[in-house]
This record gives sequence, structure tokens and C-alpha cells, in this order.
Amino acid sequence: MVGLNWYLVLSALLFCIGAAGVLTRRNAIIIFMSIELMLNAANLALVAFGRFIPNVTGQALVFFVMAVAAAEVAVGLAIIVTIFKHKESVDIDKVNLMKW
Amino acid sequence: MELILFLIIGLTVIGAGMMVILTKNPVTSALYLTLAFFGLAALYVLLGAPFIAALQVMVYAGAIMVLFLFIVMLLNLRDKQTWELTTGMRRALGLVVAAGILLVALAAMKGLVSPPAPLDTDMGSPAAVGLALYRRFLLPFEVASVLLLIAIIGVVAMLKQKSPEQAPEGGGTDGRT
Repeated sequence: MVGLNWYLVLSALLFCIGAAGVLTRRNAIIIFMSIELMLNAANLALVAFGRFIPNVTGQALVFFVMAVAAAEVAVGLAIIVTIFKHKESVDIDKVNLMKW
Repeated sequence: MELILFLIIGLTVIGAGMMVILTKNPVTSALYLTLAFFGLAALYVLLGAPFIAALQVMVYAGAIMVLFLFIVMLLNLRDKQTWELTTGMRRALGLVVAAGILLVALAAMKGLVSPPAPLDTDMGSPAAVGLALYRRFLLPFEVASVLLLIAIIGVVAMLKQKSPEQAPEGGGTDGRT
């Protein structure tokens, strides 16, 4: 029988992989994929808690996370395309217009 | 049996996640991310949430990954890609921060005793989740649909501006090396 802790450890590992990707890569698209990985880690934790409590609220929350993630990906990729039009690159170190 | 399945799928998901942040080519990353999403869908089935698993495959592995691949191909990044990790100190700092997050998360669940899982509940069925969505979470559900509408309008507005005079040079984006 797989306990709740196994799923939480897996979720924590996945979240850390995503965080490491955000912090170490410079390609904006790969940073975006790492953010998706972190969102999915949170989803896994929610479903696992919902299973073991047991309560359907966790799965409803996952539904909303998915809706927000879809909107976020669409807007974020549009921003990346706009940046690429101006800078010819998706390297986030070259996006420094708002840096002081 | 369940433990073996969990270990196989879990290791696959972790390995695919590592490959997402380690490979050079964004297309390879996107394909590994798809593998990770399918693995997570299998984990949702193990957790007794078939509705969420189906949504995961449709929304994440279907829609979102197609969007990613489409943008990667539209931008034609491959010839510009080098191994572009950040410089040494920032990379080390990033890894230390990520490891710190892992330590905090593991410490937080240290004293957690796993309750026994009830077996045959149909909690994850589409009917049960749908009833919860349309009764208890009706307002957030409607707000989510408004959010998606705003996202659609925002994306169109963001990418449509200045398109008439950019049209001649916009065609050069994919032909440029």
C-alpha cells in the first residue's frame, strides 16, 4: 500500500526539479516548462491529499489550477513571441528593459 | 503491486523532469515534459481520480504541449541554441535554493502520519467532481471561464498590434538564420 508520504515526497522532488530549472536555465521557453512542472507537482500533492482525507475538494482545486495554467501558458507564450519579435532571442538575460 | 507501479511511474516522472531541464533542445524538453505529464496522469489513476487523469491528458499533454511545440517551431530557435546555463555562481546558487526548498518540504512532512486510504469510493468519478464543481464551486467555475476568455482576448490583442506594417518583415522571422 502506497502511503500519502510517498506521493508528497514525489511531489516535492518534482517541484524542486522545476525550481532548479527556473533558477538555472536562461531560455524563456524552458523556464516556462519548468513552471509547468512545478504546477503539476502542486496538483499531485492536491490529488494525494484529496485521496487520503478523503475529500473531493482537492480534485476541484486541481481543475482550477489547470484552467489557470492554460490561460497562463497562452499569455506567457504570447509575451515570449513578442519579446522574440523585438530582441531576436528568448534569452531572459537580454530582456533588461525594466532593469534599473 | 501498487507499490511497484508507483515506483516505476514515479521514477519515470522524475527522470523525465530531470531531462526537461537538462537537455539543450527545447523540442526535446517539450517531449520529455509530455512524458512527465502522461506519468502524472497514470499516478492520478492510481490515486483514484480518473476524471483528473483524463483532464491531465487532454489539457496538459494535448493542448498545452501542442502550444509549446508550436511556439518552439514558430520561433525556429534551434540554430541559435547553445548550452545556455547561467554562469557558475548563479547556477550554484540556484541549485542550493532548489535543494533548500526540497529540505523544507521534506521537513514539513516529517511528522505526518499517512491515514489509511478508503478503497472503493467513487470520489474521483466525473459525476462526483462535476457535482462538486457545479454546486460548491459554482462561482469559481464561472470566474475560471471568464479568466480564459480574458486570456484569449489578451493574447489576440497582444499579438495583433502593429501587424499591418509588420507584415512584410514578419515573414522573415522564420527564414532568418
